Amino acid sequence: MVKSGTIILNTAARLLMPLQLLFSVFLLLRGHDEPGGGFIAGLVAAGAFTLYLFAFGVSATKEVLRMLDPRDLIGMGLLLGMISVVPAWFVGDPFLTAQWWTIPGIGFKASTPLIFDIGVYLAVLGSVLTMVMTLMEVDKDEP
Amino acid sequence: MQLAVLSGFVVAGFAPLFHRWFGDRASFVLAAYPAALALWFLSQLPAVMAGETLVFAMQWVPSLGMSLTFVIDGLSLLFALLVTGIGSLVLVYAGGYLKGHPDLMRFHLAILAFMVSMLGLVLADSLFTLFVFWELTSITSYLLIGFNHNDLEARKSARQGLFVTVAGGLALMAGLTMLGVAGESWSLRELNAMGDVLREHSLYTALLVCVLIGAFTKSAQFPFHFWLPNAMAAPTPVSAYLHSATMVKAGIYLLARLQPSLGGTEMWTVTLSVVGALTMFTGAFLAIRHTNIKKLLAYSTIMALGTLTMLLGIGTEGAMIAFVTFLLAHALYKGSLFMVAGVLDHETGTKDVTAMGGLRHTMPLTAAVACIAALSLAGVPPLFGFIGKELMFESVLEVSAWRWLIMLLAFSATALTIVVAAIVALRPFFGQRRETPRVAHEAPTSMLIGPAVLAILSLLFGLVPVLAGSGLLAAAASAVAGTSVEVKLSLWHGVNLPLLMSLASLALGYLLFKRWDRIRARLACLDPLLSRGPEAGYDALMDGVVVISEWQTRVLQNGYMRNYIMVMIVTLIALVGNSLLLRHAPQFHIALDVQFHEAVVVGIMVMAALFATIARSRLGAVVSVGIMGFSIALIFILFSAPDLAITQLLVETLTVILLVLVLFRLPRFSSLSTPLERVRDVVVAGSLGTLITLLVLTSWSIDQFVPISDYMIANSATLAHGRNIVNVILVDYRALDTLGEIFVLALAAIGVFAMLKLRAPEKPKNSAPAKENADG
Repeated sequence: MVKSGTIILNTAARLLMPLQLLFSVFLLLRGHDEPGGGFIAGLVAAGAFTLYLFAFGVSATKEVLRMLDPRDLIGMGLLLGMISVVPAWFVGDPFLTAQWWTIPGIGFKASTPLIFDIGVYLAVLGSVLTMVMTLMEVDKDEP
Repeated sequence: MQLAVLSGFVVAGFAPLFHRWFGDRASFVLAAYPAALALWFLSQLPAVMAGETLVFAMQWVPSLGMSLTFVIDGLSLLFALLVTGIGSLVLVYAGGYLKGHPDLMRFHLAILAFMVSMLGLVLADSLFTLFVFWELTSITSYLLIGFNHNDLEARKSARQGLFVTVAGGLALMAGLTMLGVAGESWSLRELNAMGDVLREHSLYTALLVCVLIGAFTKSAQFPFHFWLPNAMAAPTPVSAYLHSATMVKAGIYLLARLQPSLGGTEMWTVTLSVVGALTMFTGAFLAIRHTNIKKLLAYSTIMALGTLTMLLGIGTEGAMIAFVTFLLAHALYKGSLFMVAGVLDHETGTKDVTAMGGLRHTMPLTAAVACIAALSLAGVPPLFGFIGKELMFESVLEVSAWRWLIMLLAFSATALTIVVAAIVALRPFFGQRRETPRVAHEAPTSMLIGPAVLAILSLLFGLVPVLAGSGLLAAAASAVAGTSVEVKLSLWHGVNLPLLMSLASLALGYLLFKRWDRIRARLACLDPLLSRGPEAGYDALMDGVVVISEWQTRVLQNGYMRNYIMVMIVTLIALVGNSLLLRHAPQFHIALDVQFHEAVVVGIMVMAALFATIARSRLGAVVSVGIMGFSIALIFILFSAPDLAITQLLVETLTVILLVLVLFRLPRFSSLSTPLERVRDVVVAGSLGTLITLLVLTSWSIDQFVPISDYMIANSATLAHGRNIVNVILVDYRALDTLGEIFVLALAAIGVFAMLKLRAPEKPKNSAPAKENADG
C-alpha cells in the first residue's frame, strides 16, 4: 500500500506531477473569467501529489515538499483568506468588499479576490494532503 | 476618551513586558495608569457638578446601531472614580501582597482587563456596549477567582461565580433586548427620557424580570448570594476590588441607571425593597456564623448590596441620597477592611479571627486603620458610615408597602453588621496575645497605603460631609432620580427616630458581640438547614446537567457512524417533510422531455445505486458509488456547467482514493444487521430519497422569488470584474461563506490528523505514567 513500485505508474507520475501542478496554477489564475478557480485548482494540485504518493510513497513525497508540512499549507491558506479581508477596512468599505488594483507596467489586475482564491487553493491542497498522507502513514506504521 | 479607557486592554497586554523591565515593582508602575485616569475623572468633576452630562460620541458598528459612546454623568463619574481610584490603590497593595508570586504578571493582566471592562460598563451609553462589558467583567472575574488554579476549591468557586453571573447575563441579554425593542432605542440616555412609555409597555413585566435576574445574580442578591462568599478563594486584592468595591456593584449600577426609565412602579418598588431587605438580613445573619475574616466581610458585603437594592426599591428622593451615600461609604470602608484582612492573613498566616489576638502591639498602624474602617462599617459617628446608616433608616421609615417587615429586617441587619465590625476590629487586635502560625510584623508600606487612604477618606467625609455631599453625591443622586436633587449631609440631625434606631442597634450589636462565641455555637445546630439553601439547589442543578449530558452522550453520541447518519436523516425527513407536505401542498407538473443519451446516463446511475446497496464487498460498493459520482459529473457537462463538472470529477476521484485508503483499515466485510434493521434502513433511505425528489420537483415548479442568479449574471463582470459566475460567487459575492468553508475543511483535516496521529498509545511499553492531561 505504501508505494506501487510499477514502472508505468512511476514514470507517469514523475512526468505528470509537474504538468498537473502547472495546470493547477493555470486553473487558479484564469478562474475568475473561465472555468477554474482556487477550489478546483487546489483539488488538481492535491491530485498531483496524491499520484506521486501512490507511486513513490510518503517519505519521497515529503522530500518533494521539502520543509513544507501540508498542515503549514492549511495555515497559510487560512491566513491569506483572512488577510484578503483587511484592505477593505482601510478604504472604509464593509467587511470583505473586493478591492482591485492594476499593477502599472504589466497591466496585471491584482485584487483581494485573487489573494482570497490563492488562500482557498492552499487550504484545499493542505487539507486534502494532510488527510491522505496521514492515512497512508498510519498504514505504514502498522505491522 | 474611548481610546484612553480602551487602551487599558493594551496596557494589560503589555503587563508581562513591564514585569521583565521592573520585576516586582511592576505593580507600582502599572498603578500609574488607573491613577492617571482617576485624576482625569476628577478634573471632570466641576462640569458634572454644574449639572452637565458629558457625551463622548463614537461609532462602533453603525449598520447595527451599535455605538461606543461614553457618557459621564454623576452616577458614571462616581463609579468611574471608585473603579480607577480603588483600582490604583489595589494595584499598589497587590505589589506587596503578591510579592514574589510566580504568576504576578498573570494577575496584573487579568485585573487591568477587569478594570477596563468595569470602566466601560459604567460609562457605556449603548445597551450593546454595556452588555459586552458586563460579560467581560464576568469572565475576568472568573480568571481572578481561579487565580490559584492549582487549588481545587478555587477552581470550583470560579466556575460557580461564572455560571451564576453568566446565567444571569443571559437573562439580562433578553431583558436588554426587550428594553431596546420596547423603547425603540439602544441608547440609555434616550431610554431614560421615555420612562412613561416604557412603564406602560406590554413587555414591561417580562423585561423587568429578566433585567432583575441579571442584576440580582451579578450583585449577589438573595437567593443568588451564595457565589460571593465562595469567590473569596481569590487573592485578597481581588476580593477587595472586585467582590466588594466594584464588580458586585455592577448589578446595583444597572438598577440605578435604569431607575428613571423602569423604576417607580409597584412591581419595581416591592420586588427591590423586599429582595433587598431579605438579602440584607441573610447576609448579616450568615456572617456571624463564620470565623474566617474574609467570609465575615463577604457576607457583610452581601448585606450592603441588599441595602443598596432596597434603597433603590424605596425610590424616594431621600432614598436616592441615602443610596449614593451608602454606596460611597461602603466602597471606602469595605475596600479598606478587605485589605486589612489581607494584611492579617499575610502577616499571621491565618484567616481565622479566633486564632488572632493582641496584634495591636506589633501592628499598630494596621490596627488603627482597621478600627477607623470598622467604626465606619458599624456606623459610629463621626465616620462617613454613620451618615449613610442614618439616611438609610430615614428612607426605611418612608416605606409604604411591607413597612414593618422591611424595618425589622433592616434594623436587625444593622445590629448584626455591628457585630461583624466589632469582630473584625476587636478580635485580632485587642485582648490576649495569641500565637499565630507566622510571627506577625507590621505590614510593608505598600500594603498600608491602600487601606489607610480609604480609611482616612471615611473619616474625612464623615467630619466634613460637604466635601463629598454637595458635589459628587448630589450629581450622582440626581442622575439616579432623574431630576435635580439637593444633597445636604450632616452628622447631627437632632434627636429623631433614625438616631434612636442607630443607638438601639449599637447597643444590641454590642450585646450580641459579647456573646458571639456562645451564639455561634448555638447557630451550629442550624447547619443542616442551611446546607439545604440555594447553594444546594445550584449543586443539584449542576449534577443534573452532568447526568443529562452523560445520558445524551450515551444515546446520541455513541460513536457509531450509522447512528449519527440515521439521526441526521430522520431529523431532516421530519423537519423538511413536515413543512413540505403539510405547509405547502406539493404541486408540480412534470414535463418529460428527455434525450436518449440523458436517459442512458440516468439508467447507469440507477443501476449503480442499486448495485451499491446489494454489493457483497466494500470495494464493489465504493466503485459503484464512484460510478454514481462520475455520472453526475456527466450530467453537469450535458447541462453546460463546466465548473461543477470539474469539481465533481475531482472530488469523486479523491473520495474514491480516500475510501480505498480507509478500506484497508476496516475489519472484514460481514453482515451484522438483523432483517428488521434492514427493513428500517430501507424505509429511512427510501423516505429520504422520495423527500429529496419531491423537494427538487416542487422547488422547480414554484417560483415565488425572483432568482438571485439573474442579478449575479448581470453584475458579475461590471461589479466583480469576472465572467465566471461560479468563481465570482465563491470569492466575491459569498466570500464569507467560502471563508467559513475553508475553515471547516481545515478543521476536518486537523481532525483526521489528530485522531490518527495523536492517539494515546494503546499498549504502553512500560508502566511510566502516560496520563498527562488527566485533569485537563
